[in-house]
Amino acid sequence: MKTIYLDNNATTQVDPAVFEAMKPYFTELYGNPSSMHRFGGQVGVKLKEARASVANLLGCAPEEIIFTSCGSESDNTAIRSALAARPERRHIITTAVEHPAILSLCKFLEKRDGYEVTYLGTDDRGRLDLDEYKAAIRPDTAIVSIMWANNETGNIHPIEEMAKIAKEHDVFFHTDAVQAVGKVDIDLSKVPVDMLSLSGHKLHGPKGVGALFVRKRLPFRPYLIGGHQERSRRAGTENTTGIIALGKACELAREHMKEENTEVKRLRDKLETGLLKAIPDTKLNGDPEHRLPNTTNISFGYVEGEAILLMIDQMGIAASSGSACTSGSLEPSHVLRAMGVPFTFAHGSIRFSLSRFNTEEEIDFVIETLPPIIKNLRKLSPFSADKKAPACTKSFSE
Amino acid sequence: MWEYTDKVKDHFLNPRNVGTLEDADGVGEVGSLACGDALTLYIKVDDEGKISDAKFQTFGCASAIASSSALTEMLIGKTVEEAEKISNKDIAEYLGGLPREKMHCSVMGQEALEQAIKNMRGEAPSKMEHSHEGELICECFGVFDEEILHAIKENDLKTVEDVTNFTKAGGGCGKCIPDLERLLAEAHGEGVCPTPSSKPAFPAEGMTNIQRMHLIESVIDNDVRPKLQADGGNIELVDIDRDAVVVRFLGMCSGCPSSQATLKNLVETALREKVDPALTVREG
Repeated sequence: MKTIYLDNNATTQVDPAVFEAMKPYFTELYGNPSSMHRFGGQVGVKLKEARASVANLLGCAPEEIIFTSCGSESDNTAIRSALAARPERRHIITTAVEHPAILSLCKFLEKRDGYEVTYLGTDDRGRLDLDEYKAAIRPDTAIVSIMWANNETGNIHPIEEMAKIAKEHDVFFHTDAVQAVGKVDIDLSKVPVDMLSLSGHKLHGPKGVGALFVRKRLPFRPYLIGGHQERSRRAGTENTTGIIALGKACELAREHMKEENTEVKRLRDKLETGLLKAIPDTKLNGDPEHRLPNTTNISFGYVEGEAILLMIDQMGIAASSGSACTSGSLEPSHVLRAMGVPFTFAHGSIRFSLSRFNTEEEIDFVIETLPPIIKNLRKLSPFSADKKAPACTKSFSE
Repeated sequence: MWEYTDKVKDHFLNPRNVGTLEDADGVGEVGSLACGDALTLYIKVDDEGKISDAKFQTFGCASAIASSSALTEMLIGKTVEEAEKISNKDIAEYLGGLPREKMHCSVMGQEALEQAIKNMRGEAPSKMEHSHEGELICECFGVFDEEILHAIKENDLKTVEDVTNFTKAGGGCGKCIPDLERLLAEAHGEGVCPTPSSKPAFPAEGMTNIQRMHLIESVIDNDVRPKLQADGGNIELVDIDRDAVVVRFLGMCSGCPSSQATLKNLVETALREKVDPALTVREG
């Protein structure tokens, strides 16, 4: 059975051209770029090219790019660097809908190191409130960390405006742009963020490589201490194959940016409209006006997400869910809960995230396959639109 | 990706006895949409007291659907008295086992059955309600003390994590975890020593998982290590997984041909005597 892969916000296929670009650096050109000999030195040249390619995609200078092992490392490095650079500041601002890489770190810093953290809420579409944000900034705010785009809903946050506000208050601004890089235009010559995280495997590069943009002259404290690699900002022998692949992936992302925002978006819209039309009691989660072009998050009322995922898995369709059963805990997705999505819909939410490798036929197949599956699961369910569900003793907000 | 047995997959993909029974003799409704899973069970009982038909409707994940389907299959043909004896463990076993995190699905099946039988006998409405004497422990999932105590005894649960896996209690905000520890201590206090006694049957009885881990650590530090060090060796605690303690030998002990004997005679004996007789020790 062919897999119809609609889980590209989880990870993406390595573009064959990216794989070709990295291959020789495993077996033939395996030198260490720090070595004095030409054998290693020639790899160093390729790293330089890769750095320029990443910078080119982001609209920044190559020296502002630090290669890391993943998005989470970039996030951890950014936050810890800001805190170490201004130790007298003890307050952090982030959002309730961040990726665990930020959220768990903030919870940890709160609990273990006594930092104060403000978690900005959202409205029912997952939109942040700029007034709430402005009011949260304090003289002792060390850093603001707000994701460029949300992984579950695809919502794009007003990063440019928020970064400007932080700048006015002399507060460092970091953005986790792992989901945004490669999908939407990012121009750091115009958007005044201080630090930005990205990850290779979300844009058709391999897993195990990421990058952190750190604006010139921003005080920086390294997280990994050791050798002089990355201008002593991130120790450890360079992941040469990964970095070269990331460079190629960024180059391709630039080339495909238009396609991402026209063709991928068209297929996403077709899928979304098709499903919402064909299946009653469905609801779109997120902000349709400010969204990644590849993501749609749809709730199917009165059915549970894991059951949907396993049913469509039988048909070769790969997607993900914000249901409790798949979130690794007993509660549904923290993003949907922060948005106040009613329980009737939160448990049955499915995220479809596309890429340039999806085809029209695949989307047509999904639009055809989903309705009978939902219908069958609803037949199993004791709840329906006319048979209102009894309330639970639940205390968290609806 | 959850690991389900073929039987769970079969009952999920081809659920048996789906639907409602208009002329049901007993109906049991448990769970709710907000909680993430819910089951309505219908049973029909013939003149001889045998369950002639059973149907269900379930909102929930694959294992919730499979547990409900399996339950109806187990029920049909049994007398009510026989059916009453079905435990959540029986449902899970019928399915060839459930992932530990999903055991609450089998508990939901057992609760619906209990409710349907009470309903049939005119002792309760179809919808499960809690007596006012019961104490609401987990506010997030609406779990009462009686359900938790029942699950602890039925399945011999030892840790808070177990209680969460079986009843969902503690899986939300986590505020009730101290209460769960208290209930665990209470249940084991009664369950292990039928006659009230202030002296525990073994040192770690009634302890929380964390307390027990600390005790294991201190026995290794104070009782085991000095003896090994006397012979130029050492020991390191690697992991504790329920009753399995994993250790590593260092120094002269590592690779020593008699280390297996040391493991059993010295380490395991000390831990069984000073912590819990259920413990086993292996090298990792």
